[in-house]
Amino acid sequence: MAGSAQPAAIGETVLKVADLCVTFRTPAGPIEVPRGVSFTVRRGETLALVGESGSGKSVTSLAVMRLTPKPPRCHVRGQVLLRDDAGGTRDLLSLSDEQMRRVRGNDISMIFQEPMTSLNPVHTVGAQIAEAIHFHRNVGPRAARERALALLELVGISEPRKRLDSYPHHLSGGMRQRVMIAMALACDPKVLIADEPTTALDVTVQAQILALLKELQQRTGMGIIFITHNLGVVAEIADRVMVMYAGRIVEQADVGPLFARPMMPYTAGLLRSVPRVDLAGAGRPVLETIGGNVPDPLRMPPGCAFHPRCRHHRPGRCDTAVPALEDAGGDHLLRCARWREIAEAAS
Amino acid sequence: MTVVQTGTPLLTAEGVSKWFFLGNTLFRRGRQDVVRAVDGVSFDIRRGEVLGLVGESGSGKSTVGRTILRLNEPTAGSIRFDGHELAGLTRRQLRPLRPRMQLIFQDPFSSLNPRMTVGRIIDTPITIHAPETSRAARRERVAELLHLVGLSPRYAERYPHEFSGGQRQRIGIARALVMNPDFLVADEPVSALDVSIQAQVVNLLLEIREKLGLTMLFISHDLAVVGCVSDRIAVMYLGRIVELAPTRSLFLDPRHPYTEALFSAEPIPNPAIRRDRILLKGEIPSPVNPPSGCVFRTRCPYALPDCAKVVPPLTEVAPGHAKACIRDDLDLRPSQHA
Repeated sequence: MAGSAQPAAIGETVLKVADLCVTFRTPAGPIEVPRGVSFTVRRGETLALVGESGSGKSVTSLAVMRLTPKPPRCHVRGQVLLRDDAGGTRDLLSLSDEQMRRVRGNDISMIFQEPMTSLNPVHTVGAQIAEAIHFHRNVGPRAARERALALLELVGISEPRKRLDSYPHHLSGGMRQRVMIAMALACDPKVLIADEPTTALDVTVQAQILALLKELQQRTGMGIIFITHNLGVVAEIADRVMVMYAGRIVEQADVGPLFARPMMPYTAGLLRSVPRVDLAGAGRPVLETIGGNVPDPLRMPPGCAFHPRCRHHRPGRCDTAVPALEDAGGDHLLRCARWREIAEAAS
Repeated sequence: MTVVQTGTPLLTAEGVSKWFFLGNTLFRRGRQDVVRAVDGVSFDIRRGEVLGLVGESGSGKSTVGRTILRLNEPTAGSIRFDGHELAGLTRRQLRPLRPRMQLIFQDPFSSLNPRMTVGRIIDTPITIHAPETSRAARRERVAELLHLVGLSPRYAERYPHEFSGGQRQRIGIARALVMNPDFLVADEPVSALDVSIQAQVVNLLLEIREKLGLTMLFISHDLAVVGCVSDRIAVMYLGRIVELAPTRSLFLDPRHPYTEALFSAEPIPNPAIRRDRILLKGEIPSPVNPPSGCVFRTRCPYALPDCAKVVPPLTEVAPGHAKACIRDDLDLRPSQHA
């Protein structure tokens, strides 16, 4: 619960994803990413989704939002259970397109990496925020505009009344991301999916946006799925972390234990390969690396997908069957056939 | 860290400015706006040294890199490279110097010609600068370089699209090294790569620098990467250098408020470290209308009325450590809270 002032704020499960699989049909053959991903997000909790390009973290979030291409190009299997106000749950994957439209931007919202391409350049900021409110809440234009104004204030935009009538190109990158956040929060969603929301921003602006998201979460109690490849950002914002590799969850734990004692060799390697400001200049640290490259999704290695790059791999153990996701205790899940031996050897 | 402080400068920049003039267009007649991308920047890079250049987007760090390579004509100032004054030279006069100074680009996808084989990409500089070289000698040199950057010499026959981002960046590095340069400008060479691959490429650059005794300007927005690679670091903000110091002393004893804010904003991959952030207000102002006096004063938590009056010069406050700030009474926080 590092980072949040009141750890008790994390509450009941608002989103439960079970065995999510997405298959893309390509001319070269089917590609399955993610391959059986399950996780939950609780009220007030931030779940960070970490992985390198091609790991399936973005496809996972798009599938939850039902934004993947339509069949036959792409098939989604599994369950995405969202809690509704009455206390029951609904499987988003079984909703009709029309029903889903009522959910998207209302119960569950998403913000993206590039705030310029996600905003419509020919409408004012105020009109774009008001549109969502008008659509979901069935209120008049004046009330919607008032709500938009309140939202701009909430996300810390200076001179909000003036900004309502600004066009996206008038705003800087950080301001645009604030507008995107205002729009996503227009209907008090239970879950916010943030896909690399600070990657395109400078560090000082990134710090502002991370602080804003945390503050808004404390105020509204929304659950956040935060997708990023930046482990520094994960350490700042996450309560729980899920590491993906080649379409599968390879490790999942609370943020403290995950950084202190990563148990899957991939996570450990990833953490060691991060250059650290807090150690810089203290010598010339040559960074540890993970050799090789992310596997080609069309030619997945047999067994554990990470074994060709893993220094702990043993022939016959790691390249035969896909290891199961095991609980190492304390809700620390990992997928490695040799984790017990590796942990013993390390201690 | 073994910083060679005694080396003579290989490159010296003095008062270098690069202004871009926005011309009259249909919609903007009569007034001519000037983008002061780089405004009076001075530094030197010693032989065998890596100088890091950090700053946010719009700070002018890439323009500095391009200008000292004379890919831009500087608006003012002097650039001396190994005794030659580069400012004012014509293309023809620059040509014999070009092989000695090379650039590594950020984007490994757009910086390699997709229609050329890897071998051709790497040996093109030879065919330009040393056309008399025999084909066999060129092939041998390509193989040698591929080996140096950790790729198989067989890859010479392949095309860029067959390679991953990290491998392409290695190809870009091989191309930059083919003419045996003394000086390299690496402009965000690892920013487009995944973390695990980023570490491979950073290590490769450090290894090559050691092996070949290269002098390097390493440009990045990522403080941690710059800190791992550089002997000294220059921090830029809105076209000016605000602080310049040996890496260790910059990280442990920052003297400029902007450097402190950058350190504070950098997320540290350790959830056990909790800090009070210094959150800067707003964003970097437009270089068309930079603030008067100190360019950072509009976002500076320590600004005084006097900061608007004069441009603070970059002055030495400790051996080798210079800052451009009128306030000497500040006790700024170092980067690490471990």
